[in-house]
Amino acid sequence: MNFNFKHEWIETNVGLLLVLTMVAISIGGLVEIAPLFLIKNTVETVKDAKGLETIRPYTALESRGRDIYVREGCYTCHSQMIRPLKDEAVRYGHYSLAAESQYDHPFQWGSKRTGPDLARVGKKYSNEWQVQHLIAPRSMVPESVMPNYPWLLSTPLDTSDLVDRLRAQRAVGVPYSLTEIEYQNNVKRFGEAVAQQLHIPNAQQNLVKQAEEGNFDGDRSNITELDALIAYLQVLGTMVDFSQYDSDHFVTFR
Amino acid sequence: MSKDKMQSQAVQTTGHAWDGDLQEYNNPLPRWWVWTFYLTILFAILYWIWFPAWPVAKGYTPGVGKITYVDAKGVAQTTHWNTRADLMREMNGLAAIQKPFFDKVAAQPYAAIAKDPELNNFIASAGNQLFADNCATCHQAGGQGKIGFFPNLADDDWLYGGQFDKIQETVTQGRRGYMPPFGEALSTAQIDQLANYVLSLSGEKMDAAKAETGKALFHSETAGCFYCHGDDARGRQVIGAPNLTDKIWLWANVPNADAPSIKLAAVKNVIQNGLNKGVMPAWGQRLTPEQIKVLTVYVHELGGGK
Repeated sequence: MNFNFKHEWIETNVGLLLVLTMVAISIGGLVEIAPLFLIKNTVETVKDAKGLETIRPYTALESRGRDIYVREGCYTCHSQMIRPLKDEAVRYGHYSLAAESQYDHPFQWGSKRTGPDLARVGKKYSNEWQVQHLIAPRSMVPESVMPNYPWLLSTPLDTSDLVDRLRAQRAVGVPYSLTEIEYQNNVKRFGEAVAQQLHIPNAQQNLVKQAEEGNFDGDRSNITELDALIAYLQVLGTMVDFSQYDSDHFVTFR
Repeated sequence: MSKDKMQSQAVQTTGHAWDGDLQEYNNPLPRWWVWTFYLTILFAILYWIWFPAWPVAKGYTPGVGKITYVDAKGVAQTTHWNTRADLMREMNGLAAIQKPFFDKVAAQPYAAIAKDPELNNFIASAGNQLFADNCATCHQAGGQGKIGFFPNLADDDWLYGGQFDKIQETVTQGRRGYMPPFGEALSTAQIDQLANYVLSLSGEKMDAAKAETGKALFHSETAGCFYCHGDDARGRQVIGAPNLTDKIWLWANVPNADAPSIKLAAVKNVIQNGLNKGVMPAWGQRLTPEQIKVLTVYVHELGGGK
């Protein structure tokens, strides 16, 4: 180095070393992360004919199902990210949109597929199949290496901290409503039926109602963790009706 | 050791000393390494120029690389390179290969498709692919189904009809099986008699007296089995009520039962508790009409299509 640079300046000054290390690391972070918040078309706009957003946060029951999905570590073997690649489009369907995981904290994109991608598994199989497959995967898919999850069917769903969990999601920006103003705002964004589901004061009764009407685990006697998990799985990737869009519609967002 | 010493004498130190005599060698990096490093920097710069790279205010540098694909309306579109457009281009290529076949499938009636050897070859491979991706999870790889859960598609027994149009309807709209529970309406003895009768229908050796009473019950208003399963117990495909006179079982695992008592218990369980399962998801939104048509022919050919 011509300008007489010496390692010693930095190496013998802990304060300077600390500051410069942080500068070096934060450049990477800023370049990779900051633009995602600034570039407008990162998250696609997906609205139906009435101008309502079709991608909504999870209902109380689905949200608890998602907690169980995370707790059981499903993401270690299943991704939720269909990449824009031919093989994946043929097998799994339309590539995942950024908008589809905008309310996921943390997102469940995953980085490894021991099992198949689950981004569009919703409504693909019946509830019974999901029940049987989660309890004993090899009874449905002989070559499967997925573990059995029999306790999900016998464990009642704990909803004691439901409100706190939804409030935590709200705190990081998921539009669950606590006040009348927030509720009205959701009515404008998602329509009344969805806004009802997102209202935290109604969370407990909404959860019970959805579990009873859906009867996801085939056992009406109580609400189990399996009810919640299957409610979650059955909604994955179903919020956008891709038949409403031309196959190239979402190219324009890139 | 001595070799290390000789080398070390040729190398300069960084010039500072810690703890009096602790010094650090200043070894220059090998030339090949340095040049590889410079090349990677050059690569990065070319990459930035060619591909979308740098964020600028509320947008980004789209890069000078272009990509052309054919959009949904058949018009060629050129845009800056991006993975979504690249996928469109790749899918265009796939469509170009498959489209002539899918077009033929879409244009022809089922009877003509079944007779066309070229299309049959196409369906044997494309249909197999679609079946494996979407159907095999429940109906199993060969369509053999799973007793107690999902019907066998490879035999000649059809719940909702094995004609082309019926299979297409099943795939497009899905199905929902239902049988009411009779546990409250009938006594334990009556359920036993009915089960004896139902098993005798498919050639099992059962208690003749019970089966006779069961037969009367089957056709009576008390149980009303005939409403759905028909006067001849051959079922009604309009509502998906199965034929009880054949040896094919879906819900009660009769074929694999070792003893007559187990068979009886399995049938009694169904009568007692009814069924609210047998849900087939609707595929009308997930698959295109042409794909459904290919699958319909594939399933029809799996076993004894009508």
